[in-house]
Amino acid sequence: MDELIQYGPFLAEGFLENIKLALVAGVISLIFGTVLVSMRVSPTPVLRAAGTIYVNVVRNTPLTLVLAFSALGLSDTLGLTFSTVPRVNSFWVVGLGLAAYTSAFVCEALRSGINTVPLGQAEAARSIGLTFMQSLTLIILPQAFRSVIAPLGSVMIAMIKNTTVATAGGYLADAAANMKEVFDTTGASIPIFLGIVLAFMAVTLPVGYFTGWLARRLAVVR
Amino acid sequence: MTDNGDGAPLIELENVNKYFGTLHVLKDINLTVSRGEVLVVIGPSGGGKSTLCRTMNRLETIDSGKIIFDGRELPAEGRALAALRSEVGMVFQQFNLFAHKTIRENVTLGPTKVRKTPKEQADKRAMELLERVGIANQADKYPAQLSGGQQQRAAIARALAMDPKMVLFDEPTSALDPEMVQEVLDVMIGLARDGMTMVVVTHEMGFARRAANRVVFMADGQIVEETTPDEFFTNPKTDRAKDFLSKILTH
Ligand SMILES: Nc1ncnc2c1ncn2[C@@H]1O[C@H](COP(=O)(O)OP(=O)(O)O)[C@@H](O)[C@H]1O
Ligand SMILES: [Mg+2]
Repeated sequence: MDELIQYGPFLAEGFLENIKLALVAGVISLIFGTVLVSMRVSPTPVLRAAGTIYVNVVRNTPLTLVLAFSALGLSDTLGLTFSTVPRVNSFWVVGLGLAAYTSAFVCEALRSGINTVPLGQAEAARSIGLTFMQSLTLIILPQAFRSVIAPLGSVMIAMIKNTTVATAGGYLADAAANMKEVFDTTGASIPIFLGIVLAFMAVTLPVGYFTGWLARRLAVVR
Repeated sequence: MTDNGDGAPLIELENVNKYFGTLHVLKDINLTVSRGEVLVVIGPSGGGKSTLCRTMNRLETIDSGKIIFDGRELPAEGRALAALRSEVGMVFQQFNLFAHKTIRENVTLGPTKVRKTPKEQADKRAMELLERVGIANQADKYPAQLSGGQQQRAAIARALAMDPKMVLFDEPTSALDPEMVQEVLDVMIGLARDGMTMVVVTHEMGFARRAANRVVFMADGQIVEETTPDEFFTNPKTDRAKDFLSKILTH
């Protein structure tokens, strides 16, 4: 217990980084996932193919590899940098890598939502003269989104937990990295383990409850 | 019967053919609907009535032939197609009201997003239309809160909000409980009286006799008979039509 109290602030600092990564990845993946699903249902074959390839490649690649690729491939080799401060650069490499990965899951959740929207909704939208993009953004996606709020909550919970592999992308400041650093000096500590588990649960449980509540509240009645 | 139907052609189908895979669903269809005319399409299930209706606003593409609407061939895609569709109203068997929007929003969406009508103006017009179809008091409800008859009347208001040149009805009363059929037909009869060009797929003989200028009997993808409602119902020429009428008249 003592070591939890002693290293608590250090671990909490790390946990804050997990939350920041989750916020970045959450916002960006919701936006990019929506773009991806729009591509996957678009009437343009090239866009459809690009969306499909992206989702299938990213979704079937282990996250650690996606992050390592972001860090080594994009940042180091291709010189794509977000900041001259290495720590800040790593944060964005990992945040965006995680967003890129999570987007594929957001896309697929939304796509299953689109499948719950009856075909007649799109036909009615087209028949009053809405363009494809208008039908999608005004009629189809709003209904699709409402029908998959709970599954999207699960995607977000998985994403929050996935922030703990930030190390794979070279970001060594999150709770898991700090925990490992502490263990290297004190040895493994059950209280520290449990403390971090509880910290994650304190975030993920409310996300689950909130999205469940929102799903019921916003359900589309047919 | 109303006295409209003597205008110039609004939509013309010339040698239209349509296949679903190997199934030949529309066989060399030639059909003209004049401005202000009310055309009823009748015939056995699977005969191609819905497909015919849906080709007229290009919800279905055709494989050969020509469709000319208001002097121009139907555009194939993009903004031109969207613009065409905004001029051709469509009322579906299953209503297809936007489930996540109120009745008022269903009616104002097209005008505000397609025509860029200012919101207050679109709202005012929506209320006039909802008044006309008799459901102004339901404006702020969601579709699922309305009866089938009310939903279908809302769907008609939604189509009319675009000030279409023509409205297509695909079995608008077939999904309704019997006691709600008449309220929808009454709205449609009113529309016909006001001179709207209408293509109506229906088996409602009362509507055909009161509102239609012409009846087209369709079976197996072909137009088998084309005549006045009175002539069709009292004196059908072909065996297919006689057979069909004997079936719908007995139940
Ligand atoms: N999307 C489709 N794909 C394949 N076949 C279809 C499709 N829509 C209709 N059909 C077939 O085309 C024929 C005509 O259908 P339809 O136009 O709906 O007839 P009706 O409205 O007169 O009942 C039917 O045999 C039907 O099964
Ligand atoms: Mg039909």
